[in-house]
Amino acid sequence: MSTWSRNSALSASALLLLVGGIALAFYWAPEDADQGFSQKIFYIHVPVALTAYAFFAWGAWKALRHLWTRGERYDLESYTAIHMGVIFGLLTLATGSIWAKISWGIWWSWGQRQLVLFLILFLFYCAYFMLRFSTDVGPARANLSAVYAVFGIVLLPVSFLAIRLAEGFLHPVLFERDGPQMTGEMFVAFCVCLAGVLALAAALYANELTGKRIDARLRELREALA
Amino acid sequence: MSGYAQDVVALARKDLTLELRARDTLPAMLLFVLSMLVVFHFVLPAGGSRLAANGLLWVAIVFTALLGLTRAFAAEREHGLLDGLVLAPCDRSAIWLGKSIAMLGFLVAAEVVALPAFALFFGAVDGTTVAAVALANLGICAVGTLIAAMASAGRARELLLPLLFLPLSIPIVIGGVGATVADDPGRYLAFLALYDALFAVLSWASFEYVVTE
Amino acid sequence: MSTAEKYVTAAYLVVLAVVLTYVVVYSTKLARLERELAELAEQARARDDG
Repeated sequence: MSTWSRNSALSASALLLLVGGIALAFYWAPEDADQGFSQKIFYIHVPVALTAYAFFAWGAWKALRHLWTRGERYDLESYTAIHMGVIFGLLTLATGSIWAKISWGIWWSWGQRQLVLFLILFLFYCAYFMLRFSTDVGPARANLSAVYAVFGIVLLPVSFLAIRLAEGFLHPVLFERDGPQMTGEMFVAFCVCLAGVLALAAALYANELTGKRIDARLRELREALA
Repeated sequence: MSGYAQDVVALARKDLTLELRARDTLPAMLLFVLSMLVVFHFVLPAGGSRLAANGLLWVAIVFTALLGLTRAFAAEREHGLLDGLVLAPCDRSAIWLGKSIAMLGFLVAAEVVALPAFALFFGAVDGTTVAAVALANLGICAVGTLIAAMASAGRARELLLPLLFLPLSIPIVIGGVGATVADDPGRYLAFLALYDALFAVLSWASFEYVVTE
Repeated sequence: MSTAEKYVTAAYLVVLAVVLTYVVVYSTKLARLERELAELAEQARARDDG
């Protein structure tokens, strides 16, 4: 499949799935008994969060491929995945914060484990960019980025465990949302939204990767012509 | 002793001997940690809990370690020695292990002063805390040495090291503070051990890629 | 609009805003790439002629 046709297919399916999913979420799925209308944020917040996790995992996988095979494409693919992961992580923090505000009246609560985890990951992966920007282009930078990306994916579950343990002595105000007592309709709407967000993410990823590749090629050209 | 172990011991001994002669890193770490403890006294308002002081102990440890780690590969980078080390016929991971052990030595030396000072300023330090500090040291030195090597490859290395290290140190701090203040320190000590095992293996395995191309 | 509806809308709007901002930033990047490509093509042509 050529780049154009693949990107078009991704964008088209993202459009259909996302519009369809959100429509299902608002017009078809019933309102949550406990949380009321504010639960509707769930249909965008959770897919975005899961997509961010997926990007970090994808970035770590590409990083491992780079370290194993030193294939040329993996460094840029890993970098792009983490770049998109940070964007979606930011979105997770934003939507989660809004959900917290409407649910409990505060923008931030250390009791929300997911958001605290995303905050730590956000800091970690922002440092990834600092690492890349402060190192000269070359195999060394690719190796360092790859190792750091692998550290990130190991840090993810370790941090989550740590955050849970921290509640033992921090006693944050643990706001509990009633667990997913999702009806069938809610679940279907959620799945369509999830598919839509993933498709959107894939489309953005493909575009970003192409852009980064062109950037790299142009730099090579410039050096060759100079 | 196997060749690998000999390499590690030689490398660790080299770093410790260099420090004994130059005497710049360790005195700085000692002075730094003492200064931090004094600052902490003024940071804790009256009526603040004793627990807050215990938590701050971990801030002191992490930042003192950072100070030492900034120097970890400084000599190698300054004099272009890292290439020589890497070309040496030893396993690259031996460089990491030797350097980590040396760093551990510095950190322990700093804590030998810091913990009694803390006990003097803020109240006694119990055995669990010492155990937690010991476990945390392993994690800090393992991850810190690798991160220091990473940071030293870039341009703004003194700035980069804390940025790369601090997110990774959050689980260590949580484990350490938990062991120090919580009623059931066992969980936190076990968590520290888990962190140490995971990240030591990861650092050991990936050091090769950090110093070669 | 109730408060809940306002916040829910805000959440979805934030997602839309970030994605659209990304598109804008990316277009800027594309423009720059196009410009650099044109410059390099010029250089290559000058080389060939010279």
